[in-house]
Amino acid sequence: MFDDLRDLYQEVILDHGKNPRNFGRPAAFNRTARGDNPMCGDKIAIYLTVGEDGTIQDLHFDGRGCAISQASASLMTEILRGKSMKEAEALFGYFHDMCTKDEDEQGDHGTLDEDATDKLAVLSGVREFPMRVKCATLAWHTMNAALHGEATTSTENASF
Amino acid sequence: MSDLLNPTLGNAPYDVMQVRQDFPILTRLVHEKKGRAGKPLVYLDNGASAQKPRAVIDAMSHLLENDYANVHRGVHFLSQRSTDLYEAVRDKVAKFLNAPSRENIVFTRNATEAFNLLANSWGGRFLKEGDAVVISWMEHHANIVPWQLLRDRIGINIKVVPVLDDGSLDMAAYEAMLTPEVKLVSITHASNVLGTVNPAVRIARLAHAKGILVAFDGSQAAVHQPVDVQAIDADFYVFTGHKLYGPTGIGVLYGRKELLDKMPPWQGGGDMISTVSFENTTYREAPYRFEAGTPAIVEGIGLGAAIDYVTSLGMSAIQAHEQRLLAYATHKLSEIEGLRIIGTAPDKAAIISFTMDGIHPHDIGTLLDRGGVAVRVGRHCAEPLMDRFGVGATARASFGLYNTEAEVDVLVEAVQACKAFFG
Repeated sequence: MFDDLRDLYQEVILDHGKNPRNFGRPAAFNRTARGDNPMCGDKIAIYLTVGEDGTIQDLHFDGRGCAISQASASLMTEILRGKSMKEAEALFGYFHDMCTKDEDEQGDHGTLDEDATDKLAVLSGVREFPMRVKCATLAWHTMNAALHGEATTSTENASF
Repeated sequence: MSDLLNPTLGNAPYDVMQVRQDFPILTRLVHEKKGRAGKPLVYLDNGASAQKPRAVIDAMSHLLENDYANVHRGVHFLSQRSTDLYEAVRDKVAKFLNAPSRENIVFTRNATEAFNLLANSWGGRFLKEGDAVVISWMEHHANIVPWQLLRDRIGINIKVVPVLDDGSLDMAAYEAMLTPEVKLVSITHASNVLGTVNPAVRIARLAHAKGILVAFDGSQAAVHQPVDVQAIDADFYVFTGHKLYGPTGIGVLYGRKELLDKMPPWQGGGDMISTVSFENTTYREAPYRFEAGTPAIVEGIGLGAAIDYVTSLGMSAIQAHEQRLLAYATHKLSEIEGLRIIGTAPDKAAIISFTMDGIHPHDIGTLLDRGGVAVRVGRHCAEPLMDRFGVGATARASFGLYNTEAEVDVLVEAVQACKAFFG
């Protein structure tokens, strides 16, 4: 019945959705933000440890949501560990474009870590499901808010 | 109960296949793509908004093609015609609710606006700091937020009747809550999430015994069962057109005439005035003083056609048909391991909210949709209720007068496939 949904729900997503990595509030962190998707009830919190040199030394998340939102958050925590703030912002821009724009309309986000972009590619299927884009981008928006010292973000903000 | 299992209207059996032919949209396929056959639409999102019968679509087109002009203003032929047709809908609504008079019927944009009218006009005039309004834990945001806005403005208190584990209203707690500072009880007649039909007669009787007024949110109840505002003894009763197979943009506030007469206008403008001068303006009588500006004329005509349509089928016959679907769907879904139905009160409208172990409702929604099954997923504009049952969200199948047992089977099959997919 759902064969063509495998583009959206790839095995990697189902795996991360069921067994999210870096899940739970860590004992120590120095930046955090909460993200909320009022439409579907997803809530997420991101906990960052940012070093003095601006490197993301550690990051975790908790909250609840659909397989897409949990997998996206889980993948993000793997990808961004050890990245500079600048790299994280560039990857966020790349990911946001990937989820929302056709390939020929996606912007130039500079040189990016190919391992990271390869990993993110599993979520490109959401582009065909406009109602699900916010599920995929919630964790990244929340991470971005935490990075910039904002306490909360919501999918009802214009930037989503 | 035997009545409910035998959905008949007089001698004519309820022929759902015949009824389906009245709804053009039900013949369409969804997710049709090159190289992929579409799926027949199984529309189970009636709680959010119902589909429209041909009679409603035609009535609105017919008005626009033949009888349209602004209402209440012109002396010309079409204005009179349009006014007559529009005002006739007020009579239809009055009859539909068994209201004493057409003057009990205020047109609004929707149920939400009706509650805002109530809070602003009645609440603004008759409530003062320290007074309380009783709502319930199962309210739609439309019957929560207007009272909170009023609370923030004038300092009223809001008391919330708890919900029992099966989704019934806690009537003992309700009764205990009716203290002297309570001036209004505003409670849903049927829950949009749990399906629970609340004991409206008893709710009103207990409140009235203490001199407290009662308002009901009939957005769900009025589409699933006959409603008699006099039998309930409701002081106010609210419903919306688009869930009753009518168009969006038109809703109704029923109010007892002596209450409406004492309520001040809440929006000012054209149509609601008697005389206007820069020094002094006087207002029309109720219900017209609550209807500022050009109303939703076309939508009003559509609502009238929708009421004619459901009345021709018979609200009791519709209720019986839907109760049979509810029993069948509840039985079939209960057999699925890991599926939890939220809301199992004895008296329910045909609404089933559920969760599944290890699968988020949003994912359920996307998968069911791919099977052609339209359900609502999320918080259903009832966030406190979600918290009460410890769920972030649910999936909700809400049935309408055109749904069939075969569609329940498609739903059940899709839910099982969903379980296998994520299993």
